[in-house]
Amino acid sequence: MIKTLLSGDLPRSRLLTAMLVVVLVGLALAPFLVSGARSLNVAATICVFVVLVASYDLLLGYTGIVSFAHTMFYGIGAYGVGLALHGMGPSWWAIFVGTAGALALSLVLALVIGLFSLRVRAIFYAMITLAVASAFSVLASQLSDFTGGEDGRTFKVPEILQPGFRLFDAEILGRVVDGKLITYYLVFFSALTLFLFMLRIVNSPFGRVLQAIRENDFRAEALGYRTVVYRTLANCLGALIATLAGVLMALWLRYVGPKTMLSFEVMTDILLIVVIGGMGTVYGAVIGSALFILAQNYLQVLMAQASAAMSGVPFLANLFHPDRWLLWLGVLFVLSVYFFPTGIVGRLRTKAPARGRS
Amino acid sequence: MIGATAPFMVSKSNHVAKAFPMTTEHPVLSTHGVSIRFGGHIAVNNVSCEFRPGILTAIVGPNGAGKTTYFNLMSGQLSPTSGTVRLYGEDVTRLGAPQRTKRGIGRAFQLTNLFPNLTVLENVRLTVQSRAGLGLNMISMWASHVELIEKAEHFLHVTALGESRHELASALSHGDKRKLEIAILLALEPDIFMFDEPTAGMSVDEVPVVLDLIHHIKAQGDKTILLVEHKMDVVRSLADRIVVLHNGYLVADGDPAEVMASPIVQEAYLGTGMAEHV
Repeated sequence: MIKTLLSGDLPRSRLLTAMLVVVLVGLALAPFLVSGARSLNVAATICVFVVLVASYDLLLGYTGIVSFAHTMFYGIGAYGVGLALHGMGPSWWAIFVGTAGALALSLVLALVIGLFSLRVRAIFYAMITLAVASAFSVLASQLSDFTGGEDGRTFKVPEILQPGFRLFDAEILGRVVDGKLITYYLVFFSALTLFLFMLRIVNSPFGRVLQAIRENDFRAEALGYRTVVYRTLANCLGALIATLAGVLMALWLRYVGPKTMLSFEVMTDILLIVVIGGMGTVYGAVIGSALFILAQNYLQVLMAQASAAMSGVPFLANLFHPDRWLLWLGVLFVLSVYFFPTGIVGRLRTKAPARGRS
Repeated sequence: MIGATAPFMVSKSNHVAKAFPMTTEHPVLSTHGVSIRFGGHIAVNNVSCEFRPGILTAIVGPNGAGKTTYFNLMSGQLSPTSGTVRLYGEDVTRLGAPQRTKRGIGRAFQLTNLFPNLTVLENVRLTVQSRAGLGLNMISMWASHVELIEKAEHFLHVTALGESRHELASALSHGDKRKLEIAILLALEPDIFMFDEPTAGMSVDEVPVVLDLIHHIKAQGDKTILLVEHKMDVVRSLADRIVVLHNGYLVADGDPAEVMASPIVQEAYLGTGMAEHV
């Protein structure tokens, strides 16, 4: 059962299994384990980023395509559902229309970018995607009547997803079942389904062809695989799943804006998480996202405590001042790349004996 | 389903050749005045040649004669600057390598050309999968296609690679990499086998394994085999016909004994220090 659910791609390392179980249980029970809007926001962001990063890894880690347009597709999903809810009012129909429209636009863009540019060398493809993504970001900021410009748009979601909604009066495990909780589980289960779907894709015959193309596209062609078709398909799949991640994020935040959804910072976050987690393994997206987003949100808090504890030592107290959290995040990133060049998952799997590969 | 007598599966009329008369009178593969130019250098110059089923043609010539380039033009890795390539009478000049592979051309490369970070079994299985047309299947599990695994295992067994099936291709010895290259070619089950120096760099005791395989393919009688080879003893033992390329030109074509004795071949080889091989 579990083997089928995981598409035969078991973690193959006890420590990795333990880490995955902790993340899964933590995310599944997050509303009951932590209190406060911020903690739940971190948990929901991890869920969305697992999907976003895994869909990017489908391109970078599995197929060897370097694309900088991934946030564009993420933004299309978020803006699609956000603008539809803003324009059509808070209804499920608006969510459906927004999602379907966003998926269609992403598909067309991914197809066009793919067909026109996947034949060229990797560096040119990366440049083309960078240009298209920048143009799209500028467009979203400039079309302020439609998109809300730099401020973005806040919108209402259907009643059942609104924070004020109560499903029933009784509490479960000390927590009221409100719209926020329902939205969280909508995000969690959608993310889980999409993650398992991607795990299936990479472990299907199609997924192995993608790996073959990454390894040696010349040879893959000689075996009869038309690499441009496979690359374009992978590009479209990655784009569609990123779009769905954008939809989930917009529903969670009830807000869309260029900084949160389209900025290059989101792209660098994705790249960092892929590298930290481990390229070419979707489990890397889970471990990477959990660690990175936790660090991004709580490093400052931890440092504030460390700084307070060392208040008597002038240099150290300064070094751990909460304002320097980005410096320490950078140091952690450099260290993780140095010690785990194949990512955390890559490292854990190398240590474990390779079993069950066929 | 694995044949008890033949060391690997024999499949008739594999590809698009159903309407094509499979007799030795009709060439399955032919080139008509093909040339390719790289800047000012013409690597293959106006070469016309036909290849018929059941015949093993050795393509020989000194280093730099254009043998591998000529192979690339036929198997679709390169497009000629001028001239046409025909496969079963169809003009395939503008078709890429995948389409030609689907139409029955199988190619093993001179420089080992594998998927280094996939296992030996995965390398061959990808080939079997391409042949079965399952590449676009993204719903089923890779591990669930037992028939593909069995078939791939069979080709590994034939090439004596069964023991290393779970090793990464990059971890194999040079000789084993060459064998894997041949296992991949066999797994394609082509009608036209193109071997580019299959025994290069192999140890003495490994060479017979490869030669036996080529003998078996030849014994099937309906396969077209093209072989680029430097070792003249190998050529002598296998070839029904020899084509000699020199500086991109086809300089001799015919019966092995006659071609080997012809002054132009002697000169071509002696002139480049290959005399010891002749």
